[in-house]
Amino acid sequence: MPWNWFDRPLPADWPGGYWWHLLVFAVFIVGLTLTMVMIFIYLERRGVARFQIRPGPNRCGPFGIMQPMADAIKVLFKEDIVPDKADGVLHWLAPVVAFFPALLILAVVPFHNGAALVDLDIGILYVIAVSSISTLGVVMAGWSSNNKYSLIAAIRAIAQTVSYELPMVLSIIGVIVLTGSLSLNDIVARQSVPFIFFQPLGFLIFLIGLMAEMNRSPFDLMEAESEIVAGFHTEYSSMKQALFYLAEYAHAFGGAAIISTLFLGGWKGPILPPLVWLLLKTVLVFAIMFWARATLPRVRIDQFMGFLWKGLLPLALINLFFTAAEVLVWPDGLPLALIPINFVAAGFLIVVWSGLIKFGGGRVAVQ
Amino acid sequence: MGVTIAFWLLAIMCIISALAVVLGRNIFRAALLLALLFFSVAGLYIILNADFLAAVQVLIYVGAVAILVLLAIMLTRDVTAGGALNKFRLPALIFSLLLVMALVYSVLSTPWQISPQAPLETTTAALGEKLFGEGGFILPVEVAAVLLLASALGAIVLVKEKDGKWKSG
Repeated sequence: MPWNWFDRPLPADWPGGYWWHLLVFAVFIVGLTLTMVMIFIYLERRGVARFQIRPGPNRCGPFGIMQPMADAIKVLFKEDIVPDKADGVLHWLAPVVAFFPALLILAVVPFHNGAALVDLDIGILYVIAVSSISTLGVVMAGWSSNNKYSLIAAIRAIAQTVSYELPMVLSIIGVIVLTGSLSLNDIVARQSVPFIFFQPLGFLIFLIGLMAEMNRSPFDLMEAESEIVAGFHTEYSSMKQALFYLAEYAHAFGGAAIISTLFLGGWKGPILPPLVWLLLKTVLVFAIMFWARATLPRVRIDQFMGFLWKGLLPLALINLFFTAAEVLVWPDGLPLALIPINFVAAGFLIVVWSGLIKFGGGRVAVQ
Repeated sequence: MGVTIAFWLLAIMCIISALAVVLGRNIFRAALLLALLFFSVAGLYIILNADFLAAVQVLIYVGAVAILVLLAIMLTRDVTAGGALNKFRLPALIFSLLLVMALVYSVLSTPWQISPQAPLETTTAALGEKLFGEGGFILPVEVAAVLLLASALGAIVLVKEKDGKWKSG
């Protein structure tokens, strides 16, 4: 079912020619990421300020929209300080390694029917693989700073990424079972109804896993100010610190784009052009993220790991099992009548499961 | 032409990073270079049209194995002070040279068969079919999974004391 006249597929090498395609999309992706990072920073600062009943940055330009730019210029002119006993090369390289996977993720996201930098057959697997590299950057930063708080943050980052990848991948498999393809463009093309309706539980698990992977509050244990100063970027200043900041928001954009593509119908939507739809959905997902940030207190590290192993992982397995059973019964596409059943089942599972698990009786069991 | 250039770049990157892993004094940097080595091997897989294998290589080796190696190094005392080189330097050199010679000799003297078939466009489906389809390798896959589970459980049992308490580090 074509949703509007924009749905005509673009040729794979739009706008014509291998090198032109590469150049146009590379410039577009970098430009879009930087623009969206600024929009996200503005939205988050203003939005969180509203949650906390204060105005937020409103002096720089109309409604304070120039604030991110002012911050960027300010940070460029700061002095770059490297600790005396730091590992200089790694200290310099870490922000780069943390940042570039965020751009690589966007290489496979379709912005229009068939319009991605490359439409890989293994699209979503590529996304998972590439996004796992950014942990290396955090680990390098934590180690090379020669600072115990940075090191603790690096160890937390490892625990966090290695374990939260499991439920994320399991909830992605739910989507893959529904489409039978790993290519992101195929996944969007098969969504006559956005998959969030068939995979409400999978969507929630993926969103939570993404927030944990991207180190967003309430899971920002790598930079918990109350415990470990600023975490892995304690010893960073100036442009390098800004690059970490940029990497965090670029990851938020990449992750939001992936989640919109997998669960919210990607570029599909009526009337408006596909690119606008994708960006609107991305902003919506990001709004949920900063809503969570403004509302929920930071979890403790033991609660964080307990929540994963006792809560998310079993739910992700159950979700995958149910999805596989549904696809076995209705191999030619799921009937719409399943939508309310899915939502009721997801709600029931969440309520029942959250009653079953306990995180150390509310205290750390130290022996 | 492009493939040849890419191959030589990746091969040089592989060899340099592999040598740096072995010869470097800083273990942390060696582990990071190991990640680079895994990454360039993934690049070699892409040249060979094995895109699925390349993604899995990055996911497992760079994203998990290298990171766990780094974690182990972080939890080790005196990493920067203690050198990687010790009194087994000379025997190790001799043995690795012998191994390299044996490998080079066997690679050069083997008559390699080159398949006339064109490489598959989508490898994922064929790989899944081979692993899980009729007459595939489903039994070895499951046995390997059970083996890994058993070893993980064994590790937990080994560090657990008799009275149910955990050994503290």
